[in-house]
Amino acid sequence: MNKTVNPNELTSDDDYGPLYAARKKVYPQSVHGTFRRIKWGLMAFCLGVYYFLPFVRWNRGLGAPSQAVLIDLPNSRFYFFFIELWPQEVYYFTGLLIVAAVALFLMNSVGGRIWCGYLCPQTVWTDLFYAVERLVEGDRRERMKKDKSSDPMKLERISEIVLKHSIWLMIAWWTGGAWVLYFNDAPTLVKELVTFQAPMIAYIWIAILTATTYVLAGFMREQVCTYMCPWPRIQAALTDEWALNVTYRYDRGEKRTSVKKAAELRALGEHVGDCVDCYQCVAVCPTGIDIRNGPQMECIQCGLCIDACDNVMTKIGRPKRLIGYDNDINIQRRQEGKAPVYRIIRPRTVVYSAIIAVIGGFMIYTLATRSLLDVNVLHDRNPVAVKLSDGSIRNAYTVRLLNKSGYDRLVAIDADGPANLTTHVVGIDSVTPDRPMIVIPRDSTSELRLLVTAPAESNPEKSIPVRFHVTDIGLGEVATTTDNFVAP
Amino acid sequence: MTDHHGDIDSVTGKSTTGHEWDGIKELNTPLPRWWVISFYLTIIWAIGYWIVYPAWPLISSNTTGLLGYSTRASLAVELANLEALRGEKMAALAAAPLADIQKDPALLALARAKGRTVFGDNCAPCHGSGGAGAKGFPNLNDDDWLWGGTLEQIMQTIQFGARSGHAKTHEGQMLAFGKDGVLKPDEIVTVANYVRSLSGLSTGKGFDAAKGEKIFAENCVACHGDGGKGNPEMGAPNLTDKIWLYGSDEATLIETISQGRAGVMPAWEGRLDSATLKAMAVYVHSLGGGK
Repeated sequence: MNKTVNPNELTSDDDYGPLYAARKKVYPQSVHGTFRRIKWGLMAFCLGVYYFLPFVRWNRGLGAPSQAVLIDLPNSRFYFFFIELWPQEVYYFTGLLIVAAVALFLMNSVGGRIWCGYLCPQTVWTDLFYAVERLVEGDRRERMKKDKSSDPMKLERISEIVLKHSIWLMIAWWTGGAWVLYFNDAPTLVKELVTFQAPMIAYIWIAILTATTYVLAGFMREQVCTYMCPWPRIQAALTDEWALNVTYRYDRGEKRTSVKKAAELRALGEHVGDCVDCYQCVAVCPTGIDIRNGPQMECIQCGLCIDACDNVMTKIGRPKRLIGYDNDINIQRRQEGKAPVYRIIRPRTVVYSAIIAVIGGFMIYTLATRSLLDVNVLHDRNPVAVKLSDGSIRNAYTVRLLNKSGYDRLVAIDADGPANLTTHVVGIDSVTPDRPMIVIPRDSTSELRLLVTAPAESNPEKSIPVRFHVTDIGLGEVATTTDNFVAP
Repeated sequence: MTDHHGDIDSVTGKSTTGHEWDGIKELNTPLPRWWVISFYLTIIWAIGYWIVYPAWPLISSNTTGLLGYSTRASLAVELANLEALRGEKMAALAAAPLADIQKDPALLALARAKGRTVFGDNCAPCHGSGGAGAKGFPNLNDDDWLWGGTLEQIMQTIQFGARSGHAKTHEGQMLAFGKDGVLKPDEIVTVANYVRSLSGLSTGKGFDAAKGEKIFAENCVACHGDGGKGNPEMGAPNLTDKIWLYGSDEATLIETISQGRAGVMPAWEGRLDSATLKAMAVYVHSLGGGK
């Protein structure tokens, strides 16, 4: 049983083929089993989230959009359930992208290309399109026969093709339609779309996404993964010897023989492998490869070959998982008669998890504690300072107040510096002479012209620092910023 | 390309193009059909484009195309749309009384934004882009206003100007006391020093304050008022404050008194519409908070 097999003997024999080979169409066969069920489940989840999330409502009060997830481009706001982001907070997206990237690394170091096999939009939609194709045209054999058939097109065949493409186009159209719903109030936009009242840009985006979905999932399929996607090339550098990849356990499978011959040889006590060369793993593969040739770039590790092989092993009465999630270390260990070892907690995975925890934690902390009142001050540059008729000095500032909360605020503006400063806001009658008070409407910014004056007796001789305090009169919340007061 | 002479390459089993260089034959590997079709489609598209849009230059003009499209015409349409878009807001600005504009934050913001651009186009050459002024051109950020600093007064100055030739313009000028022979040179020096003393500036050696006061009372009070406090009605500056339009040093004052001053502010009425004038008045008023 434990005869050592040299992996080099398993290399593909078309390594010396032509430099350019035309694409061989792949006809994946339907398969049942654990991984197929996981894939159906994840597909339903991903598509469900994508297609229906825009319709989820979230009450933010009067005047604010009630859509749970909304990218409001005209007003430069991003809403995600209880989170509302302003344009100057886009660094949260940077954080999200870092977390997403490290999460991809973590997935990769634990279980290989889980993303490619189960979650990638290309995989999900291609899988869906294959399901439609199988439903309309039949399974692998039928499809191959129909494509090869040189008979003149019969009405039945033509209607099949038309039906398939119609369903594909409908799915693609719905995909584009769901995309635009993230950018506007979904129920309103649906109404506008069907009555042709929606803005042209919505139709253009639906057309673009319909076209890309139709072409990528319907025609390009595995070619996107092999030729267009950079991830297969990158992930090879991120994986390590402990990562669990979909693996043909050649230590157990070789030598391949037919079922009958294997039984005869086993009866004689000779060594034979479990692989019966039935090619089921190849038939079900959506990228059309032979997993028994070892790890290869085209393999998206969807696990369908595991299901196919398990079904065969069950039928011929051999143990399951001749193909399974495994790594070369364990194949070596089994060949040496040692028990396999599975290590998920390794320095690599710990570091990735820690990075995710730190960045995620930091993001949650800053989101939870961020101020909903903010102030920015810009000093006038032309002129930087003005001498008034009584000899006092005045500086002008452009003040931008941000009220990110859902209620109007009454705020007072103070300027503190070493000199005895008074403040005045242009166009606002101050409640008290040295302390202008104004209302900033909810969820908006106000730009003001603030004049700060130092009386003649306390004229600064050089630039002095000034602190601006914006105080919410009701809640006591304070936003502060600093600038300089300059003498002419 | 078609197969030439049915020549098949023995190694690859593919047909060749029939071209041969030094014994090396070219395999017939045609471009993918989708690529060729796209290429032909672009040619068809280009021909359509020639016909539909302006394309071919002629000796003195160009082909206009079936659609009659022109970028200049489309720009004119866009500009008209922009005017229409702004029309409502500008109409509101034109209709609102000056004092109300400042009380309405939305109108104030609009007036300041509009005023800033108009100021840059029309006023900045003299008053500077930020209204800081220069010698002879008032600083609009301070609190000293020759012709008055209330909204209405600023509006009036912008509309009709000063010494602009407009029927309603501000009149009045600094007389040339030296050139016209009204004051003798030594009297000019004395009164120049007296004026400096009014705002607390140092005076020259042997300055006779009583003589200066006398000359001032006889010649200057009519416009600059008792004590030199100035008179906005005549555009006569306040001589007791720290702000000097032409400068406060002795030489400049002597020049001012002997040569006179008569700076001109153009009238903008008729050149800019009333909404724009209002916006400019509100903007200028907001620069220094006006008076």
